[in-house]
Amino acid sequence: MTTTAVKEERVITFGDVFGRDAGGIIVLLVLFGAMTLLSDQFLTGDNLANLARQVAIFGIIAIGQLLVILTAGIDLSVGSVLGLSGCVTAELLAGGVPIPVAILGGLAVAVIAGLINGLLVAFAGLPPFIVTLGMLGIARGVVLVFTNASTIQPLPDAFGEIANGSLIGVPNLLWLFAVVAIVTAFVLRRTVFGRYIYAIGSNPESARLAGVPVKRVLVAVYAIAGLLAGVGGVLFTSRLNAGIPTAGTGYELNAIAACVIGGASLFGAKGGAFGAAAGALIVATLNNGGNLLAVNAFYLQIIIGLLILVAVSFDQWQGRRSR
Amino acid sequence: MSPYVELRNVSKAFGPVWALTDVHLELYPGEVNCLAGENGAGKSTLIKILTGAHQRDAGDYLIDGREVGNPTPAQARQAGIGVVYQELSLLPDLSVAENLLMGRLPNRRGITRPRELRRQATAMLERVDQGHLDPDTPVAELSLAVRQLVEIAKVLGQNPKVLIFDEPTTALSETETAALLGRIKGLRDDGHAIMYVSHHLEEMFEIGDRVTVLRDGKFAASGPMRDYDHDSLIATMVGRKIESLYPASSRTIGEPRLVVEGLRPAGVHSGQIDFTVRRGEILGVAGLLGSGRTELLRAIFGADPIAAGRIGIDGVEVKPGNPRTAVRAGVGLLTEDRKQLGLMLELAIRENASIAQLPQISRLSLVDTKAERSTVDRYLGGLRLRAKSWEQPVSSLSGGNQQKVLLARWLATRAKVLLFDEPTKGVDVGAKSEIYTVIGDLAAEGLAVIVVSSYLPEVLGLADRVLVMREGLVAGELTASEATEEAVLHLASTGGSK
Repeated sequence: MTTTAVKEERVITFGDVFGRDAGGIIVLLVLFGAMTLLSDQFLTGDNLANLARQVAIFGIIAIGQLLVILTAGIDLSVGSVLGLSGCVTAELLAGGVPIPVAILGGLAVAVIAGLINGLLVAFAGLPPFIVTLGMLGIARGVVLVFTNASTIQPLPDAFGEIANGSLIGVPNLLWLFAVVAIVTAFVLRRTVFGRYIYAIGSNPESARLAGVPVKRVLVAVYAIAGLLAGVGGVLFTSRLNAGIPTAGTGYELNAIAACVIGGASLFGAKGGAFGAAAGALIVATLNNGGNLLAVNAFYLQIIIGLLILVAVSFDQWQGRRSR
Repeated sequence: MSPYVELRNVSKAFGPVWALTDVHLELYPGEVNCLAGENGAGKSTLIKILTGAHQRDAGDYLIDGREVGNPTPAQARQAGIGVVYQELSLLPDLSVAENLLMGRLPNRRGITRPRELRRQATAMLERVDQGHLDPDTPVAELSLAVRQLVEIAKVLGQNPKVLIFDEPTTALSETETAALLGRIKGLRDDGHAIMYVSHHLEEMFEIGDRVTVLRDGKFAASGPMRDYDHDSLIATMVGRKIESLYPASSRTIGEPRLVVEGLRPAGVHSGQIDFTVRRGEILGVAGLLGSGRTELLRAIFGADPIAAGRIGIDGVEVKPGNPRTAVRAGVGLLTEDRKQLGLMLELAIRENASIAQLPQISRLSLVDTKAERSTVDRYLGGLRLRAKSWEQPVSSLSGGNQQKVLLARWLATRAKVLLFDEPTKGVDVGAKSEIYTVIGDLAAEGLAVIVVSSYLPEVLGLADRVLVMREGLVAGELTASEATEEAVLHLASTGGSK
């Protein structure tokens, strides 16, 4: 059997640990190093906790977005669903419902929105862009109607503790973000479901003919993206301790940007959870660092835009070389 | 009279494989030259050399008596070579007129002139007697036969001296075919030199003045059509002994494994298909392009819904119309189009090989990566796949090795029934014989195997029994001893009634 594959030597490399997500993490480390050198306020406990709070909510919905992008789809509704679930939770709390029930209520609404997206994509065969564009409008409209476009407060202080508290010195929000990223990374790499997501993103027809339950997986993916947007909504409401009807506006584009900067391909099957998390951190670190260095916020927008173009060009260039 | 186009001793290689060697071709004005040959005989390559899509490696290419070197497609078109392609090249969402004049739309400083566009388009359509057609109609609304005429009108618009028809009747009904053949005769009488490529022998006899036969990339014969009859033409096309590429058929054939009863694939309006494949048996399925071979496999595998019928494996009925249930019941399908319908190009070899087996090697939906690695090692290793690592993307493999990855996918599921659709398409000769050996071994292990192929020697070399398909149904069944290329071709093209 001399012609079979040569047994690889098992030297654990950086790439083994982070797999398909390695690129974004390297950029992130470089960025952290640069910021530490440029500003002595950057690597302080206060600032890092601040950074963590800024990134967590947006990072969690970016990971939901990533799952959808891996199937070669897109979810434009995550920002609106975030706003919807946050306000549903707030409304329930304001009506005197116990906190856990109110949170479940908010999450349930978000999952339902995700399920509707998934069913329309998988069974009606509508393009994800269109389906979720519709949901973007519907979810936002529903929030504005039932809140009358006004902020819902006051909410119980205990509820505010969820997003503003911390555990062993680390903000709760960061814990949650880490848990979501780690669990998703595990699901993507080690479970059958995760494998099916990549297979569908690569070639849905091939996957179907290999016995993959394509439609069920798609519905589940959109439902999970909805769920994570719901988690984001609950946390957003908790952090401000108020239900804001316009919360999450424009987050869908930030989430897509985080995925792309983290190495995901909008054509599907390329990218990973740590990559998306790193992408979210890169964007947040740029914003945070920009503030510390007193860089005009408008320039930061330009920089983030350029970063997306560079990330995608790099990906294209690499793809062309390997093909 | 001298030929308008002449090829002398033309050869063409793709890597180590010679697709054409020492081929001659002469096309005379006012004459239809039919190009005959089996699949893989080199007809498409020859057309591509004429149109400049491929560069020949040796030989002369003369147009109007002058050597033209290696023309680009644009130069070939300029020199008067026009092709009506098998796959229509029209843009379905644009109008007939826009399609006809695409690339040279009448305009004034970039602004199109709709009236002029319509006038020119109608003039072009009149050349194929379609002057009544509204040139603003989107092409998608036309029948295939009319599209074919529009396609011809488009090619005629370039004022070609030579017209090449590549399988023009594949999608046409009998009356439409007759009309098209009449039209081609008209073009011939106008003085065009015509090359007609088809699998259908009757059409060649109907229209051909001369025939050029290719066999295995070599020039076999050329002469006036009237010197040939049905049998002698087939004999010239085949003219070869089956090589010992194929495994010896010393298998024991056992109990029925796959039973198909009353099957009617979707899109077939009447009739039914019944057959049985036994343990250890290889059933070959032959038939012309579009005769329903692939559709039969897809129906058995559940890839397409079926109109009627029952499918049983080892006595257990399998619910049709869902590949997932078919995979669970032990059916595997190796599709003809590996890139579109088989591989997941972005993913690694390992992931491609294990995808169908994941439910079997996972516990609580966690993939047992050790079991995955070892089965991939076992099956891909057993197929002698040459790769640096199972982690490299499957897109980096050659066609033959990609086919092995797909084969390993189904071996890993311990499939009971394997369906092969054109298993050696795009595979080089070395890998071909390996794949044949594997197919033989699988049958010997007790699997029921179905092999669909357009390459007749392959079907005949592998199969214990041959089903011949025609118009979506089984036209006849031949045992290995009855199955000669002649017998299969007769059944496939005339349904047995010669």
